[in-house]
Amino acid sequence: MGTLPDEKIRELKLKANEIRTWVIKMVYAAQSGHPGGALSAADILSVLYFHEMRVDPHNPEWDDRDRFVLSKGHASPAYYAALAMRGFFPIEELMKFRKLESFLQGHPSLMVPGVDMCTGSLGQGLSAAIGMALAGKMDGKGYRVYTILGDGEIEEGNIWEAAMTAATRKLDNLIAIVDRNMIQLDDFTDKMVALDPLEKKWNGFGWNVLSINGHDVVQIAHALDEAKKVKGMPTVIIAHTVKGKGVSYMENTAKYHGKPPQSEEEYMQALKELEEERRGI
Amino acid sequence: MNWEYESPRKAYGNTLIELGREREDIVVMDADLSTSTKTAMFGKEFPDRFFNVGLQEQNMMGIAAGLARSGKTVFASSFAVFATGRAYDQIRQSIAYPRLNVKIVATHGGVTVGEDGASHQMIEDVGLMTGLPNMRVIVPVDSNEVRSVIRFVASEDGPFYVRLTRTALPNLTDGEFEFGKGRVMRDGSDITIIAMGIEVSYSLLAAELLKKEGIDARVINMSTVKPIDRDIIIKAARETAGIITVEDHNIYNGLGSRVAEVLAEHQPARMRRHGMHDEFGRSGRWDILLEHYGLDDKGIAKVVSGFYKEVSK
Repeated sequence: MGTLPDEKIRELKLKANEIRTWVIKMVYAAQSGHPGGALSAADILSVLYFHEMRVDPHNPEWDDRDRFVLSKGHASPAYYAALAMRGFFPIEELMKFRKLESFLQGHPSLMVPGVDMCTGSLGQGLSAAIGMALAGKMDGKGYRVYTILGDGEIEEGNIWEAAMTAATRKLDNLIAIVDRNMIQLDDFTDKMVALDPLEKKWNGFGWNVLSINGHDVVQIAHALDEAKKVKGMPTVIIAHTVKGKGVSYMENTAKYHGKPPQSEEEYMQALKELEEERRGI
Repeated sequence: MNWEYESPRKAYGNTLIELGREREDIVVMDADLSTSTKTAMFGKEFPDRFFNVGLQEQNMMGIAAGLARSGKTVFASSFAVFATGRAYDQIRQSIAYPRLNVKIVATHGGVTVGEDGASHQMIEDVGLMTGLPNMRVIVPVDSNEVRSVIRFVASEDGPFYVRLTRTALPNLTDGEFEFGKGRVMRDGSDITIIAMGIEVSYSLLAAELLKKEGIDARVINMSTVKPIDRDIIIKAARETAGIITVEDHNIYNGLGSRVAEVLAEHQPARMRRHGMHDEFGRSGRWDILLEHYGLDDKGIAKVVSGFYKEVSK
């Protein structure tokens, strides 16, 4: 494991904080969107876009780029924020999220520079990622394919079809990250569908499984490194996270799965908390 | 009539092999039906470009999207019922919406699947696929046209749905195919039959029976169901007493509905839809089923004759 320099760790934490701040601003400006699952995935996106992935904002369709599929498409505000911060499009566009004049659709669309796959209907992103990974192998390319899945999302049968096929095809250039925030739209995941033992399930499906704290950028970066060492099988990182992470009243509740802050007070409180977090980094 | 019969599925398999030899970017997928859809023919020659994913139609369509997003021209095949019905949302979200270069070529469309029965007889697929933005829909009339159509869709960027039948089809054409154009297979001045796929040959036979009754029927092959050829429909509506559509598909949301839309908007005319009348099929030999549902030559002639009597009063 290459240890991350302290400055890099600080940078990744700051980027995650900035992503979260954008998420709040975007969904509040749009008066719609899904903050809960965007906030839980912010640290993962920070590490992917500011440390791990080889991408070129000036050439988003670069043949050799690493690919990313946000299978849990409703986390789009965090994704768009990461892309804009990385330079794929002007940051001002973020405030037009979900508005007719913008290319920033409610869920990821190929209209958005830097987006490799449109998603939104849950359960399909892993399949698309497999297609990209297969193409990479066929073409002898060294790129890797990353995808973030929601824990509620993996209730979809399509995910497990894909899970079996990725293992069958020995796709060691494919890394799935499950944002295990324990909550889906209606309720706690385990009240809806028994997902645990999640690590054992993926392992039983033929995947290399890593389990981490999905808010610890060092652990995230380390797991992504570890995944590269494993040959002949795909890797899944079960990232244990907190839904709504970073905004106290959004944490551990289904209430803000698909709702913006409900008042000016809530909005200001969220920004204040994130600002305080930023100062502590 | 002295027609030569040929399997459209084999024509598909052979054309895939030719394309595979010509182009490195051609990739073929199947979901455990490759010996039936004939994609196995491609797989045998190009194992590295053939992905049989097992019984996973949904996953297949998603993977096809990912391959296409990475520069591949992807053919994805299964039976019509599974390719479109089972994987509709994957086709919608991951292929049609991003307009990716995936050609869904489904075999076993319609009740002519035969003995397998209603569970396998897809009579809604043309409706499902024509309703999707970005999706273009072709139902080749014979094996010669299959070869042209497969080459055509491989040469055009973006998604297509191509519907093939299980049974052998008589070669009615020399394979000349013009996308978006219907084709008059038999001229006539009294009434017009617009048909797709296997029903074109039966409509031609029906026209011979109608001739004996003194009815001169025009028969149009409408291989491209979307975008549909408005001009040929409008012209037929102006020149003949009425239009009857014939399809091995539900009369709701199939060829008949697409033709009715054109007529209603551009040239109101008397018309009748003939096909599966909103009921699921049954098991039986395919030709016996066509007779049972009035979709063979005699059945079509009877419907056309009755309709002509109504409209020519």
